[in-house]
Amino acid sequence: MKQKALLPLVVFTIFALLVTACGGAATPTAEEEVVEPMPAPSGSGEIINRVIERGKVVCGGRTDLLGFGYLNEAGRNIGFDIDLCRAVAAAVLGDAEAIEVFAITAADRGPVLQTAEVDMLSRNVTWTSSRDAQWGNFTIIMFYDGQGYMVRRDSGIETQEDMDGASVCVTSGTTTEKNLADDFRNHGLEFEAVIFEDTASVYNAYEEGRCDVTTSDKSQLAAVREGFENPGDHAILGMTISKEPLTPAVPHGDDQWFDIVKIVMYALINAEEMGVTQANIDQMKTSGDVGVRRLLGQEGDWGYTDLGLDSEALYRAIKAVGNYGEVYDRYMGPLGISFTLPRELNNLWSNRGLIYAPPVK
Amino acid sequence: MTSKGPLSIFTRRGGIPFWRDERVLQAIAQIISAFVVIGLIIWVIVNFFNAARGRGLNLGFGFLQEPAEFPISDPILPFDPSRSFGYAFLVGVVKTLLVSGIGVVLATILGIIVGLARLSTNWLLNKIALAYIEIHRNIPLLVLLFLWYFPVFNSLPPVKDSIVLPGPTYLSARGLYITWPRLQPGAGILVISIALAIVLALVAFILLRRRRLVTGQQTYYVGVSLAILLILPTVGWLLSGDSPIRMDTPVLDGFNFTGGMRLTPEFVALLVGLVTYTAAFIAEVVRAGIQSVHVGQVEAAKSVGLSNFQVTGLVIFPQALRVIIPPLISQYLNLTKNSSLALLIGYQDLFGVGKIAINQAGRAVQVFFMVMATYLTISLITSLVMNIYNRRIQLVER
Repeated sequence: MKQKALLPLVVFTIFALLVTACGGAATPTAEEEVVEPMPAPSGSGEIINRVIERGKVVCGGRTDLLGFGYLNEAGRNIGFDIDLCRAVAAAVLGDAEAIEVFAITAADRGPVLQTAEVDMLSRNVTWTSSRDAQWGNFTIIMFYDGQGYMVRRDSGIETQEDMDGASVCVTSGTTTEKNLADDFRNHGLEFEAVIFEDTASVYNAYEEGRCDVTTSDKSQLAAVREGFENPGDHAILGMTISKEPLTPAVPHGDDQWFDIVKIVMYALINAEEMGVTQANIDQMKTSGDVGVRRLLGQEGDWGYTDLGLDSEALYRAIKAVGNYGEVYDRYMGPLGISFTLPRELNNLWSNRGLIYAPPVK
Repeated sequence: MTSKGPLSIFTRRGGIPFWRDERVLQAIAQIISAFVVIGLIIWVIVNFFNAARGRGLNLGFGFLQEPAEFPISDPILPFDPSRSFGYAFLVGVVKTLLVSGIGVVLATILGIIVGLARLSTNWLLNKIALAYIEIHRNIPLLVLLFLWYFPVFNSLPPVKDSIVLPGPTYLSARGLYITWPRLQPGAGILVISIALAIVLALVAFILLRRRRLVTGQQTYYVGVSLAILLILPTVGWLLSGDSPIRMDTPVLDGFNFTGGMRLTPEFVALLVGLVTYTAAFIAEVVRAGIQSVHVGQVEAAKSVGLSNFQVTGLVIFPQALRVIIPPLISQYLNLTKNSSLALLIGYQDLFGVGKIAINQAGRAVQVFFMVMATYLTISLITSLVMNIYNRRIQLVER
């Protein structure tokens, strides 16, 4: 009887101890993060360990934009941005299919990167200084784009001045939205903004006639126009009102992962420069060019030891998706499966474009 | 039960040791749960701040003063992208309040009509009301909003082929342009006379009605207050010289109409969706409230010679209100909170502007906090007001 009576007291003591322990435990955890046994930079290894443990690279992407990230007839998520994600998965995990694309709206891109919900954001994100400061680390510009306007051909709009008083459909939470406001303010013109969070709703409303004009990155306009009932009825105006450097990004705080993603991107670009393609990559392993052999992990260390990767990581990435040009052409080249968009700025620097990456050596 | 001192719980009562005293055990259980709850809250907060520090999140509110740089659709208040984030947020709050305020009024009116129709002895009316209620209660609001927006309001003819309604009112994919009375510079006297008329009419109504109730004398309180409402503004109109109000007619100019009163398709679709959806629930509340009044009350009222109108107005409704008001409060709150779905059909309310600010300012934590705090404030104020009203109409037991 006496033992039973003591029970509440014991329970109380245990609870009291637990509460004190919980309160106290919070501070030491914070200190543990700072004091790492290894001299590695803080946060290093956090993401790659998570990726290996999970067996998948989680990418913030999209499933609704032709050419960049969409579902094909078989329901497979494909596109320029998705291939970049696959290249990273192939390099790190050895399997280009080991990705999980987390489909997000434009407005959600910042939060998912800030909270590191995704390992990599590859969803036609424009690199800007404030996003660099707030969202995460931006790797290397993979697509040079600029914002343009799309109008109905029969509307008679040709210049900015023609658009005075027009209704403009735009996606919320984008650089586009800000550029639009800037452009009309700079020209002293009035407009009515019609704003949706969902990209599909923006173009749906435009096509239904809710707006006279819609605006976005020109690549995106070209992509959605292909999906319209009568693509020929719509024109993308010649003017470009902004710089939109589309760049994959990674969360802040893990330099090792930042470097890995950057180097995979360098490899795709270097491969095109060196003429390494998906088809000839195995012959190229024994190429006479030292640079090629180093890229493919046959000679020398391109940095894999310090990044915790193996020598053939970049070989696998290129083998999986092809070089930069192949990725581009697959979706937007003359025979692209999505639509055709001249490479222009997205040519290699050696072909009068802007695509240039540090050497892999 | 002899000792009543503060330490009495530790003394033996009737030979029961304190650890078997039910009151002591209950107190201990309370203390333990309080510790657990407070401990959990502290843990969540500490964990949150640690995580925020680890990710390098800025938790300040300084960004509210920075220019927003994004446009807002149909801002209502004067807005341009050079205004601050804080002001943009305010625009969002006003848009939420506007759509919820109008929505609550219209949903109540429609709800009462449908609720009464549901009780009608007319078979057709009754079944139409039933179908209306069942359809709206069983389809998610988001689906209804999409149905109202994309296939209905967005598929209206382009602005150049607007449907012309009497007024003239123009209906197109750009929205509804209504000819609207606008005050002219000399209209000050008119505005004052209208305000005065409303105040005086209210005072007369309350005072005369009270006298009628207390003394039983006929005071014609309805007639008198209506007369005040009509006569005073007429005098004001005459005093303010030639037509203080001009009809502002919308005119097609370039891409859009100018002039007149404009309702955007987003606003109309949202309002229609919210009102029809919430009205279905209100109709059920009204029906239940009316049915809760005992049939004997009606029979008694009729037997003393009240007309049907009087039976409804003086006997049924006042009693039904006691049952109707509490669930009605939650319907009002639901409508206000549901208005955040506006985001998906392009009406930028509080939540819509908040979502953009999260992205453009990169301050998810602060903005979510502000959004939650604002909805909470709106809801608490709504319930406070409605609860005060509810207390007034409850049965006072003497």
